Amino acid sequence: MTAPTTPVAPAAPTDLLHSGTEEELRAAVRALLTDRCDAKTVLARIETGRPHDPALWHTLAAGIGAAGLLVPEKLGGQGASHREAAVVLEELGRSVAPVPYLTSAVLATEILLGCDTPEAAPLLRELASGSTVCVPAVPLTLAPGAPLPAPVREGGAGLLSGTVTSVADAVAADVLLVLADTGLYAVPAASARLTPQVPLDLTRPLATVTLEAAAGTRLADPGTARAAVAGALLSGAGLLASEQLGLAEWCLAETVGHVRGRHQFNRPVGSFQALKHRLARLWLDVAGARAAARAAADALATAAPDAPLTVAVAQAYCSGVAVRAAEECVQLHGGIGMTWEHPAHLYLKRAKADSLALGTASHHRGLVADFAELPAP
Amino acid sequence: MTAITADRLLTRVRDLLAAHPPATTPRTDFLRARYDAGLAWVHYPEGLGGLGAPRSLQAAVDAELEAAGAPDNDPRRIGIGLGMAAPTILAYGTEEQKHRFLRPLWVGEEVWCQLFSEPGAGSDLAALGTRAVRESGSGDWIVDGQKVWTSSAHTARWAILIARTDPALPKHQGITYFLCDMHAPGVEVRPLRQITGEAEFNEVFLTGVRIPDSHRLGAVGQGWAVARTTLMNERVSIGGMRIPREGGMIAPVATAWRERPELRTHALHQRLLELWVEAEVARLTGERLRQQLAAGQPGPEGSGMKLTFARLNQEISGLEVELLGEEGLLYDDWTMRRPEGVDFTGREAGYRYLRAKGNSIEGGTSEILLNIVAERVLGLPPEPRDDKDLAWKDLSR
Repeated sequence: MTAPTTPVAPAAPTDLLHSGTEEELRAAVRALLTDRCDAKTVLARIETGRPHDPALWHTLAAGIGAAGLLVPEKLGGQGASHREAAVVLEELGRSVAPVPYLTSAVLATEILLGCDTPEAAPLLRELASGSTVCVPAVPLTLAPGAPLPAPVREGGAGLLSGTVTSVADAVAADVLLVLADTGLYAVPAASARLTPQVPLDLTRPLATVTLEAAAGTRLADPGTARAAVAGALLSGAGLLASEQLGLAEWCLAETVGHVRGRHQFNRPVGSFQALKHRLARLWLDVAGARAAARAAADALATAAPDAPLTVAVAQAYCSGVAVRAAEECVQLHGGIGMTWEHPAHLYLKRAKADSLALGTASHHRGLVADFAELPAP
Repeated sequence: MTAITADRLLTRVRDLLAAHPPATTPRTDFLRARYDAGLAWVHYPEGLGGLGAPRSLQAAVDAELEAAGAPDNDPRRIGIGLGMAAPTILAYGTEEQKHRFLRPLWVGEEVWCQLFSEPGAGSDLAALGTRAVRESGSGDWIVDGQKVWTSSAHTARWAILIARTDPALPKHQGITYFLCDMHAPGVEVRPLRQITGEAEFNEVFLTGVRIPDSHRLGAVGQGWAVARTTLMNERVSIGGMRIPREGGMIAPVATAWRERPELRTHALHQRLLELWVEAEVARLTGERLRQQLAAGQPGPEGSGMKLTFARLNQEISGLEVELLGEEGLLYDDWTMRRPEGVDFTGREAGYRYLRAKGNSIEGGTSEILLNIVAERVLGLPPEPRDDKDLAWKDLSR
């Protein structure tokens, strides 16, 4: 056997299990979502054009303290880690919850933590308490390892102008984090023009953010800001894998439940080998996604040197599994799966949108090529 | 009885090493002494190579002995005996059988093979047709039939054998389990040359083979239940190996990619990266399974690891042959060899490609394993079947 080469050797053993504390957190989040975010409720909400559920967000963020998991205790947070945040995202994925967790409690929080400036601290406190929703004004498709866009210019005196498209959860935000040529700025959402876009995934709304000489508070210089955003994109991509895992788990469980009960040709359709084998393969894929997502969360939590590779592996794998699980869910529910009443479409739309968010599988495979030294021709 | 602790076991290990220094003790003598000290498989009963200790303590014993340079009992060579025959004999054997067979089995003085599969009974193993007829008077059993895919038959001293003793019963009944002497008259072993050109396996022809009733394992007609014990242990032993990142089949192809830029194309790059990621995820899944076992919360992932590795090995080795271009047209050596174990990475891409075809067949086909995952893990209902209650003799074949 060829000896593993140094660039890809894992640095430290990875804890791929869920701890007792993590399972307690899961139980709390799941109980809340079962109670307040069942499929019917989500379906009803997206019809209103205001999918976000502020009351649910408040309980999740402040009541359970989920918004502050990544924030140190001295800044009013829980001082937990990416492992715990990943568990929250598994549950949010499982119920396609329309809350700005990924954008505010992960991406914006990580950017502010990465800035590590006195100006960022008060905003972090507000985020950790759940009283403020803050989202980064970047396209949801922005990926770790990709060049950062620079459409926003500072025209003097902290007045910002520019347009950013496909900003997730902007319509639910109180504050926008804007990456401009002269650094990172906190801009009240009220001083930006938000034009909602029609999203494929109705549970994670998108908007175009237009700034016309909007006043912002500068939080970091350009170098710090860019590094902070790059770090946050890495965390976001790694934790998105857990959302994709939770989503895939729901799709598999729901589909298995359906084919066990649905009878055709005088048999449960789940007794047909053609369907059993498809579902068994999907189960294998989901088991892989669970290991990959856990590895990414643990690598981020422990700041492992190979975290960028582990995150890229998780994204390259979990995106496809979530989409496949949702597609199988629609197909194996037959006609029911094509209806608006059945929630399968919410999962398919979220899964497909997630496969573009924070870098496609193909983009992440390109990163794997770099980290594992398997260069393109 | 007080629980046996790791400390007490390690004391016994040190006593063994002091009494039988590995540097000066012949290999077999050392292994016999280790067996007699109860340090062979610590979870087995006292007197049978164990101490009735928790199975999890074995790793510490093995590590301590390895560190002291003690010989191991080469589980690769005697895998069928250790992994399948031994737990079955332990569960179903008479005291006499346990004491006669387990020690030479563990030491490796007697190699075992498994006479289960037949040309007409592979995945549908219970359809087997090898007959065992009891001779009135002597009470011995006379066995006639043909077995196939028998690893180690040419080196084995003993075999575990299932044969049909009542064809009038449905196929899962009327089977009896025997311990078969491979040196008995009427046992003929022929190498079975396979797709790679070598012969890892054998065909075994049984013609009037006489087996005394004292070599029957379990009750007459209860062979299927006994065989299930063997098969459950077979699955446990597959897929538990720990591999490093980029270990296993992906290693040679990744190395070739790095060292030979002239072979690279964009299409192959995409496939290589997809498989690299899948191999890494499979490694993590196996690692997670091991962590679950260590934490005392075994998950069902074990049922799936063999499926995943079979598919990945086939896809990766297929890619490797293609990547090599003109070289991929060549094969290293078609000489019929009789390897003792399978060495995937010691030979060339063409061999890997061909040998990996067996990964989705041996030890349970992927189709059967998918059924097992679907039914036992996901709880999906079985397909209706009409063969379970028919007499074996009335089945179509």
